[in-house]
Amino acid sequence: MIQTTKHCALALTVSAFALTAGTAMAETDSLTIVSWGGSYSDSQNRAYDQPFEEKTGIKIVHEDKAAQGLAGIRSQVEAGNVTWDLVDMLQSEAQRACDEGLVMLIPHDEWLADAPDGTPASEDFIAGTLGDCFVPQILYATMFAYNNDAFPGDKPQTIADIWDTQKFPGTRSLQNIPQKNLEWALMADGVDPDEVYTVLATKEGQDRAFAKLDELRDNIIWWSEGAQPPQMLADEEAVIATAYNGRIFNAQVNENQPFTIMWDGQMFEVDGWVVPVDNDADVEAIKEYLNFATDSQRLADQAKYIAYAPARTSSVPLVTTHADTGVDMKPHMPTSPENFQNAVQFDPKFWADYGDALEERFSAWLAQ
Amino acid sequence: MAIPNYAGTGERTWIWTYRFICALIFLFLIFPIIVIIPLSFNAEPYFTFTNAMMALDPEGYSTRWYDALFGSSEWMASIRNSFIISISSTVIATTLGTLAALGLSRRDMPARNLITALLISPMIVPLIITAAALFSFYARLDLANTFFAIIMSHVVLGTPFVVITVTAALSSFDEQLIRASRSMGAGKFRTFFQVVLPLLLPGVIAGGLFAFITSLDEVVVVLFLAGPEQTPITVRMFSGLREEISPTILALATVLVALSIVLLTVMELIRRRGEKLRGLTPG
Amino acid sequence: MTDATMGNPPGNTDGDGELTTADGKPLAVALHRSHRQARRHAFLLVAPLLAFLVITFLIPIATMMTRSVQNYEVADYLPNTTAAIETWDAKGLPDEAVFAAMGEDVRIGAENRTIGRVAARINREIPGTRSQMMGTARNIAEMGPPWREAFIAQHEGWGNEEFWRLVKRETRTLTPIYYLLSFDFEYNSYGEIVERAPEYQVYRLMFIRTAWMSILITALCIVLGYPVAHILANLPLRYSNLLMILVLLPFWTSLLVRTSAWIVLLQQQGVVNDTLVWLGIIADDGRIRLIYNQIGTIVAMTHILLPFMILPLYSVMKTVPPSYMRAARSMGAGPLRSFISIYLPLTVPGLAAGVLLVFILAIGYYITPALVGGDTGIFISNLIAGNMQGSTAELKLALALSTILLVAVLIIYWLFNKLVGVDRLKFG
Repeated sequence: MIQTTKHCALALTVSAFALTAGTAMAETDSLTIVSWGGSYSDSQNRAYDQPFEEKTGIKIVHEDKAAQGLAGIRSQVEAGNVTWDLVDMLQSEAQRACDEGLVMLIPHDEWLADAPDGTPASEDFIAGTLGDCFVPQILYATMFAYNNDAFPGDKPQTIADIWDTQKFPGTRSLQNIPQKNLEWALMADGVDPDEVYTVLATKEGQDRAFAKLDELRDNIIWWSEGAQPPQMLADEEAVIATAYNGRIFNAQVNENQPFTIMWDGQMFEVDGWVVPVDNDADVEAIKEYLNFATDSQRLADQAKYIAYAPARTSSVPLVTTHADTGVDMKPHMPTSPENFQNAVQFDPKFWADYGDALEERFSAWLAQ
Repeated sequence: MAIPNYAGTGERTWIWTYRFICALIFLFLIFPIIVIIPLSFNAEPYFTFTNAMMALDPEGYSTRWYDALFGSSEWMASIRNSFIISISSTVIATTLGTLAALGLSRRDMPARNLITALLISPMIVPLIITAAALFSFYARLDLANTFFAIIMSHVVLGTPFVVITVTAALSSFDEQLIRASRSMGAGKFRTFFQVVLPLLLPGVIAGGLFAFITSLDEVVVVLFLAGPEQTPITVRMFSGLREEISPTILALATVLVALSIVLLTVMELIRRRGEKLRGLTPG
Repeated sequence: MTDATMGNPPGNTDGDGELTTADGKPLAVALHRSHRQARRHAFLLVAPLLAFLVITFLIPIATMMTRSVQNYEVADYLPNTTAAIETWDAKGLPDEAVFAAMGEDVRIGAENRTIGRVAARINREIPGTRSQMMGTARNIAEMGPPWREAFIAQHEGWGNEEFWRLVKRETRTLTPIYYLLSFDFEYNSYGEIVERAPEYQVYRLMFIRTAWMSILITALCIVLGYPVAHILANLPLRYSNLLMILVLLPFWTSLLVRTSAWIVLLQQQGVVNDTLVWLGIIADDGRIRLIYNQIGTIVAMTHILLPFMILPLYSVMKTVPPSYMRAARSMGAGPLRSFISIYLPLTVPGLAAGVLLVFILAIGYYITPALVGGDTGIFISNLIAGNMQGSTAELKLALALSTILLVAVLIIYWLFNKLVGVDRLKFG
């Protein structure tokens, strides 16, 4: 019985040590960065984090929770316990976060690096992308991609083709959010891309979009994470899928998958950084990271690992070839001329206003 | 359950059909767990049996996923985190739960039913509710993303099991033994440690094992509470299952199945020992 | 243990005629005191766990529930407007004083960066007010009296009567609106409770769907679990111990492992479909969708919850002497009749325990429906989590839904207790 008591005491001491080891995490030389995971986080890691760690010794810790970024920041700020230092966020959500006072205001020319030729940051970033609280990194596109093997004859060329299940049978995979799906539904129904948002702002327009989606409903499976669509195409769970263009590019180039991107109707959007207020890291460290990670060379470097366009005009000429395979990156960018012909810009303002209602309606529709 | 000799042909047919159905149900129970074991040795990164595997071709099999699992510092860190959390919470839950069970089974316990209901309540409350409530609670105390919060939460989830099993063990406990021991001069503590505890031990250990497996297997609460430094294997598996279903998860799954077999064996040995101590023997 | 000794001859009394203990205290008093002491000791043993649970479990849940009725955005972030609008009669537009108060609030809110929070709150009810309020907030420095004209010039939404009625309604700090939303009701612009438009209704459907799927899963568990438990209870111990492994191993295996096993089995290119194609039952391009829908959830959850039905049933069936059935047969009852009249009623405690356990576990499930349910096979817990994590996370709605779910579970538990009696249950 003395034995058991000794063992109990030992176990308790060990646990106590484990607890203190876990709680003594008040390091000032690491930054917690929240991003989207998969090949996108990998590209950030290779282009920004590793060089930054070498340069400054500050360790970068990744959390792949950007899909719940806004809600996560909100609940952390509310609870008064903010552990995320930088969050990768879409422009539309960053605007909401900024409005609600959840993220810091960023003085662009003070914090961000100039272009190599001396242009200040506020003029170097693509017009309309910088926000009061938002530093853009990339311009990326969501569009349809398909598995070549599924369509030996005719290939889908337009959005209307996606809805044509006679000519192009098989399962489609769409993201389980209303954003972009509703726009594509309207475009498939014949609405001119320039008028999509005016139509979608009306009740008739919304009904029309949902009715069009209903037509395709039985052939759709839904994805929630960026890594899923290439997986589904590879597994043949779906023959056509919407996806982030960089993920498809990686599957094509690194895994030799027989995928083709249909650039018609691509919807492009800006993705970048926000800094939650009241976070527990040193503001200087965050400034240093932002300054380094968003300078012209770094943004061009990221394009070596994934096919997203850098958000700075001075970075574009610096874009070269893929780091692992030597493939030229320029033709794979969403912004290159032949891909950009029928591109539609995602409208963050529309979704800031109508996002709540449409997301509610969409999740109700999904559950039916 | 031999076929009774008064059974007619109709009844015999029924009994054999019945046995066949039961066999199918047992197959239903065990087949999913068995099927992932060979899949974890798949040489290709697929979740299905390739032709090479079906032909039992050695080329179709490899241990690459186990190498990926044990060679990955992230997975090993997660495994370490899981064990830290589970072992700590099991120790605490077993101690608190045993004490509570001892108190509950006393004759003079006031408000026994109410307090029992309260102590068992974590088992009844849906896990998502517990997770949300505990997350806001610990976040306000600045304790989100710490081992402390996760371990405390798992203690909350584990104690009902300990209370139930130890109470059950106590219900078949003979009070006379305590009186006999006291009458021979042993003090309260000595009686407890040398008479009560050894007989209770099967129940205590059973409860402890339940608490351990509950903590090791818990996903929802840690999904909310764990930061990157505390990520246990369950969170990694869960996001892996949603994102990039690679057979590394199947390798981990097979390891966990092996662990379950070990725990199962321990439980069985304890049960036999308990029966022996109480004077019963398996037929 | 009292100090009463057997030394006193029975009937030893003090002056009043009461029994006393050896040291002269009245027996009743001494007994009472020793009972109190025993109760205290028993309670002290339970106290640590009880205190722990109250602090780290019950209080957080209670806090969570109270948050679901709080509505502080308008009152906190538009304080002047809240005070000024109290006297407005909700007809037409409010007067200049209210607009002036709003002007002051927007100015302060723009400085403190809090105006976005109340904009977000109101935007949920009237889409478009976000840009209305944020746009005005950006220009507030240049605005001045007359305020009503200034606001309406900024954005026509400020002249919308519905907007002001909404603001007045939302000055209440306690609101039942999240509970209304949980049952697909809402306030219309006049403050009356109406049903939501059909395209927004989802929660009632979800509650019903969770309930019927859980009932179906419980029924399947009974159908599959009863025969197995019966055969386990009636085989000689050697065989039943071996077969018991087939039940216990799934029980002890991680939930995620079992769910991933089902993903492997049920997907389009998975084992089940492959087998069916190989047997020629379906064509290669006519594979059945068995996962990411209700079928996937039902099959996977039945498998996972089956041991919870089998174990209580087994422990009760083991206590039923086989001689009862033989006695019934010997008196002329057929096999079916003796089963229904004799065996079945004896197994009710175990059956009831199993049903309670499986049903309550099923309705609260989150992980398995999230992984294999797709869009139609998810449970209410998944919607609760969705309301906590999505970008339009409506946390208080999630809390309201959680409270409703919790109350439902408690009611079921209590009903069960009334009908069957929890102390009669044996969980094995």
